[in-house]
Amino acid sequence: MSATASPLVEVRDLVKHFPIKQGVIFQRQIGAVKAVDGVSFDVLDGETLGIVGETGCGKSTTARLLVRLMDPTSGSIIFEGQDIAKADGATLKELHRKVQIIFQDPYSSLNPRKTVGSIISDPFIIHGMYKGEGERKKQVQELMDRVGLNPEHYNRYPHEFSGGQRQRIGVARAIALRPQLLIADEPVSALDVSIQAQVLNLLRSLQREMGLTLVFIAHDLSVVRHMCDRVAVMYLGKVVELAPSDELYSFPRHPYTGALMSAVPVPDPAGAKRERQLLAGDVPSPANPPSACRFHTRCPKAQDICSVDDPPLESKGATGLTACHFPLTLDEVRLRLPAALTASVTEDPRYSSSASSSPSPSSSSSSSST
Amino acid sequence: MSANGGPLLEVSDLHVEFPTEDGTVHAVDGISYTVQRGQTLCIVGESGSGKTVSSLTTLGLTQTQGANVSGSIEFEGRNLLTLDKNEMRAIRGGPISMIFQDPLSSLHPFYKVGAQLIEAIQAHQKVSKAAARDRAVELLGLVKIPDPQRRVDQYPHEFSGGMRQRVMIAMALSNDPKLLIADEPTTALDVTVQAQIMSLLAELQERLGMAIILITHDLGVVAEIADMIAVMYAGRIVEHAPAEQIFGAPQHPYTWGLLKSIPRLDTPRNEELVPISGRPPSLIKRPGGCFFHPRCPYARESHTRIDPKREPVPGDPGHEVACLLEPDVRARIWKRLVAGDSPEVIKREVVGAAPAPVVAAEPAAETPGVEP
Repeated sequence: MSATASPLVEVRDLVKHFPIKQGVIFQRQIGAVKAVDGVSFDVLDGETLGIVGETGCGKSTTARLLVRLMDPTSGSIIFEGQDIAKADGATLKELHRKVQIIFQDPYSSLNPRKTVGSIISDPFIIHGMYKGEGERKKQVQELMDRVGLNPEHYNRYPHEFSGGQRQRIGVARAIALRPQLLIADEPVSALDVSIQAQVLNLLRSLQREMGLTLVFIAHDLSVVRHMCDRVAVMYLGKVVELAPSDELYSFPRHPYTGALMSAVPVPDPAGAKRERQLLAGDVPSPANPPSACRFHTRCPKAQDICSVDDPPLESKGATGLTACHFPLTLDEVRLRLPAALTASVTEDPRYSSSASSSPSPSSSSSSSST
Repeated sequence: MSANGGPLLEVSDLHVEFPTEDGTVHAVDGISYTVQRGQTLCIVGESGSGKTVSSLTTLGLTQTQGANVSGSIEFEGRNLLTLDKNEMRAIRGGPISMIFQDPLSSLHPFYKVGAQLIEAIQAHQKVSKAAARDRAVELLGLVKIPDPQRRVDQYPHEFSGGMRQRVMIAMALSNDPKLLIADEPTTALDVTVQAQIMSLLAELQERLGMAIILITHDLGVVAEIADMIAVMYAGRIVEHAPAEQIFGAPQHPYTWGLLKSIPRLDTPRNEELVPISGRPPSLIKRPGGCFFHPRCPYARESHTRIDPKREPVPGDPGHEVACLLEPDVRARIWKRLVAGDSPEVIKREVVGAAPAPVVAAEPAAETPGVEP
């Protein structure tokens, strides 16, 4: 997508804390799980924005906040001049016509007692469209055909479909109202490998035809690279890096992004024999996240300042934004990534300037430490 | 490794069938493979391809569920299928052990991790509880759980997902197995944790010299650890080869599908994914002929009738495939797939649109426009 596209959604300082309570009758709050803790990003019109991160980084919570399935603790989500975070009643209903979501689990996200036809026509009924039953059925069957389901299966129940087909039902329901923004929360992670590509290709072709803007949330970095124009990497409720796909995957600047990519298995025995940077330990609890830069407890490049001063999300020379005091240098990236990814970097002048000016005085080769 | 010359595990013509109300489920349909000492065999396949059932059968865990099992599973020269309950119990968790996909449901939530490890040790070794406990601490240290002295007295819920899987590995190693069966050990884990667990497994294998059967659906995971790879589809092994050959010169259309349908980090970003159409067949009413023909873009009419046998690939030792396409046609198709052509185009130009008769000596002559 072009860099000049205007933002469709502006997310600013989005926060969602889940209170931890104690006591049976007189409950008092003893803490909070900081699932999303001050996240800001734009979703550009017509693009696919990816959000990646590990379990518990807040990516699914962000998705649910974007469709307002949850109320944010604070922050704003501006969509067409309206704040999704504060919308209610009729405004919210109108917003739901334009912002839809596909869920991860195609088994639990469809009501088992309803036929496919009635699941997909529910959005029409809620929004009072296609009042005649015959007309509604015709629309639903067109949708089913569009997402690759047999329209004759209108009266079947979800259990009669396989996982991939159920996910298609979820897609049909989500695009029924012709939304502008579609949030896909791990849409393929519950599917078998041979079925994943079917659903990914479907999403891409729908996006092209309908001009959809897509927020694609996944933990699989290869899938995100394939689908997305820009990618936000989240760690413990914060965005640590936000960059165009090509840039992020050839020259990640945040050590966490580098570690994530280093961990992705590559189906090629020759390429697999690269030196890996393994992260030690587990993700800390979001109820009690580390101070300042949240990655400093596991970061191979961390220094004293990282536990005191939270680095802002800012440009480190190229287009992308990184929240890090000591971003990766090109040499460190080469150690972490498959050679095929970093090959293009050397010719690109953007990177050479940023690589030379990057502030990494003492940590020359800390990549082997775990 | 040892004086015993033959393979560690030799599975021959294994069938596992489950009678159900709807008919017989042919979960495993005549598979054969061998595992050498210290080697890693990876079994790759989708849900329902029979990869888990075949391994559970090795441990005698399907027979108890009313399965009909035939064929033979020779472990160090003994046919496991003829052993009685007690003999099998001595093998299970002893010389052959297993780790499962979901570490949370494989550990008992009411018992301390240490107690569960001690139980596993004492089930196979006549040692005192104190000695078993020492061994448990040692094992937790072996799988790199920090502070094992303290952790041994904690409950499973106090461990994270990756740490629980480490506990499972420790338990599997408690009696020095010669064969470790790992059934999707990292599927429930994040990528960074997956990388930790896989490198731990590789390191332990190097140190302890055990053989591993790794069951997974992820070809990426396989590439890093496998010596041999078996690709399973609908209860059968459709391709079996050394790891480099599966990735370098895959022969079966299903393997091609698996390789081309996943996005990868080391290929151009905009490369189109080639999905495998349709979905895996029912194992009760299986298609006739080649089981893969309803989903195979290159199937000929005759493939709906002829059932392919697993045969060696000419000029490629150790590589076997069950496919009715001729070897040179397969080689050309793979070349075109790598070049980025779509299966439809390849089918038209390489295989021939019309249902070809049983092919004569020179199939290359009837396919125009293809470079040799």
